[in-house]
Amino acid sequence: MSRQKVTIAVTGLNNIDSPGPGIPVIRGIRESKELDARIIGLAYEHLEPGIYMRDLVDKTYMIPYPAEGKDVLFSRLLEIHEKEKLDMIIPNFDAELFSFIKLETRLADKGIRTYLPTLKQFEERDKSNLPLFGEKYGVTVPRGTEVFSIQDMHNTLKSMNYPVMVKGKYYDAYQAHSFEQAANYFEKLSSNWGLPVIIQEYIRGTEVNIVALGDGAGNLIACVPMRKQYITDKGKAWGGITIDDPALHQLAERIITRTKWKGGMELELIRTSGNELYLLEINPRIPAWVYLAIGAGQNIPEALVKLTMGQKVTPFTRYDVGKMFIRYSYDMIVDLDLFSHLTTTGEL
Amino acid sequence: MHIKENIAFSENGFVFNPSTGDSFTMNKTGKEVIFMIKEGKSISQISDILRESYDVDLTTLERYLTDFLNDLNVYNLLEEEK
Repeated sequence: MSRQKVTIAVTGLNNIDSPGPGIPVIRGIRESKELDARIIGLAYEHLEPGIYMRDLVDKTYMIPYPAEGKDVLFSRLLEIHEKEKLDMIIPNFDAELFSFIKLETRLADKGIRTYLPTLKQFEERDKSNLPLFGEKYGVTVPRGTEVFSIQDMHNTLKSMNYPVMVKGKYYDAYQAHSFEQAANYFEKLSSNWGLPVIIQEYIRGTEVNIVALGDGAGNLIACVPMRKQYITDKGKAWGGITIDDPALHQLAERIITRTKWKGGMELELIRTSGNELYLLEINPRIPAWVYLAIGAGQNIPEALVKLTMGQKVTPFTRYDVGKMFIRYSYDMIVDLDLFSHLTTTGEL
Repeated sequence: MHIKENIAFSENGFVFNPSTGDSFTMNKTGKEVIFMIKEGKSISQISDILRESYDVDLTTLERYLTDFLNDLNVYNLLEEEK
């Protein structure tokens, strides 16, 4: 059977200590026996490692930051499309999803497909809306609230016990043991990601995550739960293992089915020693540890590409339990002329 | 007392709980006790067998055995008694 030729643009090439999902997504696509993909990297920073991984990424273009607005982004994507004839884009950053969702129709008109949640779905699962989300879909979430100023946070903390989690609008979370610490994190997070900052009850327990894929019609196409085994100081999994917990599968199914979620999703959860499950966050995209799911038998990026191309995908029914991933760092040697070409022309 | 059905044991004493992702390594004695529990032996039968195999007084044996069984429970390896 000949493999389907497809040109896919992928963001999230920042394969650093807090990695974006781009490279593992590309690895899944590259390992597909059904796809013959040309991979176009879309990068925000000149030193995103994926740009220089030439065995995985065929060509990379610099794109403007989301803060520059969706019209600037759209113009740049059209320039790239003229050269590369993109079939689809897989955005992998929370912060850029709003723009891509807004551009969905305009991109589709130009022949560029995406497979994203609706704006309503995207906003409903936002960190600041999580308590309402939990109530609506019958999921336990930690007590939390959004704050817009230090004074606001001070008032909120009066009714909470330390430690608390202080979370950025899009990324980063810190455990604070005092108001002074919380105030310090508030400044850091608000300057990086804007307002609001979310203050959340700290739940002690084991961190488990689920990667899931929904088809937008209420079907759970893929679902692999993972327990974090090694966590970095940024809270990222550096090692993890697939687990078999029916409660996690049921939770993912309930959320995907009831929200009719379209696209990739990551559920971040804590299981307490009393066996209670708390939903900490829903990330509206494939997570950076997705290569574990691929290794365990569910090639989620390949399934996402097929769904995006309008093909029918049969839901996965199994995966290997007890499969582990161990992340590592690796130094590439890059000639200066590659870097200079990228910085001067915006492509490589 | 029963070990949960889905708990995986290997001959070299490695234990994996697929529900939680926890893994443990057991020494030779722990392994023996686990396999006896899996065979359906009672605590007193296990105690008798261990006393025959090891040079240990009953008080010490019972203390270690109770601690070990408590650990199995704490680590979620035992089926909850109905």
